[in-house]
Amino acid sequence: MSTSPTKMERYWKKNLQTLAILLSFWFLVSFGFGIIWVEELNTIRLGGFKLGFWFAQQGSIYTFVLLIFIYVYRMNALDREFKVNED
Amino acid sequence: MDLLTWTYLLVGVTFALYIGIAIWSRAGSTQEFYVAGGGVSPLANGLATAADWMSAASFMSMAGIISFSGYDGSVYLMGWTGGYVLLALLLAPYLRKFGKFTVPDFVGDRFYSNKARVVAVICALFISFTYVAGQMRGVGIVFSRYLELPIEWGVVIGMAIVFFYAVLGGMKGITYTQVAQYCVLIFAYLVPAIFISMQLTGNPIPQLGLGGEVADGVPLLDKLDGILADLGFEEYTAGKKSIPDLFMITLALMVGTAGLPHVIVRFFTVPKVRDARLSAGYALAFIAILYTAAPAVAAFGIYNTIQSTSEKSINDLPPWVTNWQQTNLIGIEDKNGDGKIQYLADPAANELRIDKDIMVLASPEIAALPNWVVGLVAAGAMAAALSTAAGLLLVISTSISRDLFKTFQPGISDKKELRIARIAAAGAVLLAGYFGINPPGFVAEVVAFAFGLAASSFFPVILLGIFSTRINKEGAIAGMIAGLVFTVSYISYFKFISPELNTAAHWWWGISPEGIGSLGMALNFVVCYGVSYLTPAPPKEVQQLIQEIRIPKGAGKAIDH
Repeated sequence: MSTSPTKMERYWKKNLQTLAILLSFWFLVSFGFGIIWVEELNTIRLGGFKLGFWFAQQGSIYTFVLLIFIYVYRMNALDREFKVNED
Repeated sequence: MDLLTWTYLLVGVTFALYIGIAIWSRAGSTQEFYVAGGGVSPLANGLATAADWMSAASFMSMAGIISFSGYDGSVYLMGWTGGYVLLALLLAPYLRKFGKFTVPDFVGDRFYSNKARVVAVICALFISFTYVAGQMRGVGIVFSRYLELPIEWGVVIGMAIVFFYAVLGGMKGITYTQVAQYCVLIFAYLVPAIFISMQLTGNPIPQLGLGGEVADGVPLLDKLDGILADLGFEEYTAGKKSIPDLFMITLALMVGTAGLPHVIVRFFTVPKVRDARLSAGYALAFIAILYTAAPAVAAFGIYNTIQSTSEKSINDLPPWVTNWQQTNLIGIEDKNGDGKIQYLADPAANELRIDKDIMVLASPEIAALPNWVVGLVAAGAMAAALSTAAGLLLVISTSISRDLFKTFQPGISDKKELRIARIAAAGAVLLAGYFGINPPGFVAEVVAFAFGLAASSFFPVILLGIFSTRINKEGAIAGMIAGLVFTVSYISYFKFISPELNTAAHWWWGISPEGIGSLGMALNFVVCYGVSYLTPAPPKEVQQLIQEIRIPKGAGKAIDH
């Protein structure tokens, strides 16, 4: 016997998908570009910066800010779609 | 006007401002004392969170740490900002929907256990006390360096100010003072950074100046790599630490940041779940302004320092070097007797000792900026230290009045609870002041502790408490204790018991004590899961509570349920 997922279950699943996508970018720019692949990226230049170094000290931080604002926008839309918004 | 007058004037004006705000916004109820009545706008909360978060260490020491560690310093930049992504996406909105006042509140209710609540209170108190002692010390240091007062007097004045607005104003007073303090500190940080960036690279934006070119057309960072390599140091853009260690330290700092109670509690003060998400975004944007300028200040600072001292005659040094020699932040010893300074990686031949705080504190003088800028930096450092101290003191007083008194004496009136909260805040100020005047010898080490503990205790259980309906009280308590004991033992062993063994060769899997919180967190997750699945699922009401906090709809103001 199977039941179709409730509205709440679908909302929660979409929320988790959003988190997974945004957090993979969070991981990629800091742990990926800033630490694991820093030497490879340092062979590429961005103006006076080596790219890996730029990600470690500048780029990752800009990306973090952007990710939160994308999250805010995305979740507000999701809340409205499922009518769980506060007003 | 001379330097001392400017400093007294600017510090005095900002203090008067903070006290004025505290009187205007003092708290009248426990709700206002704990969460500012839950009516703070997301923008104001973002500003307050940024000031709350950026401590004396962020303002005075971080740039200097990066100056001397180059690429390795990136762990602090990424760690202390990346945590906000975790906080915004994984914790803040749900904790806001939960709608009470403290982190132990959530742990106690979600895990239906006063034992879990007490473990959480102990963690919160420990983390906050280690942190606040450092802030008080910071206030004392600024007073002694700029205002020529003894450190003790500086601490006492700092205590009096914090006492006034934290004890009277509670969260409401603190929030609006922190908004003002953010403005003071960011202005004070950026003015010298912009001037130095212009002088060195011709670009007024420090973040771009870092990638700019110095006078001879060579990019600053390449020039710095070359200079440091010639002196025997690591290249600036290369690091000494291993990749696993960098990875673990960054992770521990990120997760620790997301688990710090004085930061989390700020998100209880906004009216809606939507506001909690948005204000985390604002907070990180405001923090990022300083955190992306810091690596520029760091590179400019070390470049300028080497240029104006290395191979220069000892009798012909710029005035700022001799000024800061008097405060013992710069030390010169002509070991080979050639009358010149050699700055070298080899400690036996190196003749110049520079304290890391110089990079920010002396930056206006290095750039030959007017005296008012020096006074401004002093006021900014003070703002950074006071705002963080106030946020921490609030966590301490709330933990005592609410999580301990109220839990075990549920009948006490609002008025009495407020009085206990104020007495606790006053007691905490005195204790913090004592540690500021008589710092325990391990102040620097305890920072690793605070983040390690937040990472290994709070973060996993809060996260699982929201994202899993199966985690129960047995799992949470076992997980917190396992994470804590493991992390505390590892750090204590290498920092206090056998500091002589504190090298990569002896560390487990090459992970330094600074990064071990990551492993403690992993252990907490594993234990928490394992124990939960071996014991009964949480009761129905708790399952209901979890479903409720997952949707924004129906969030009232933070109230006493």
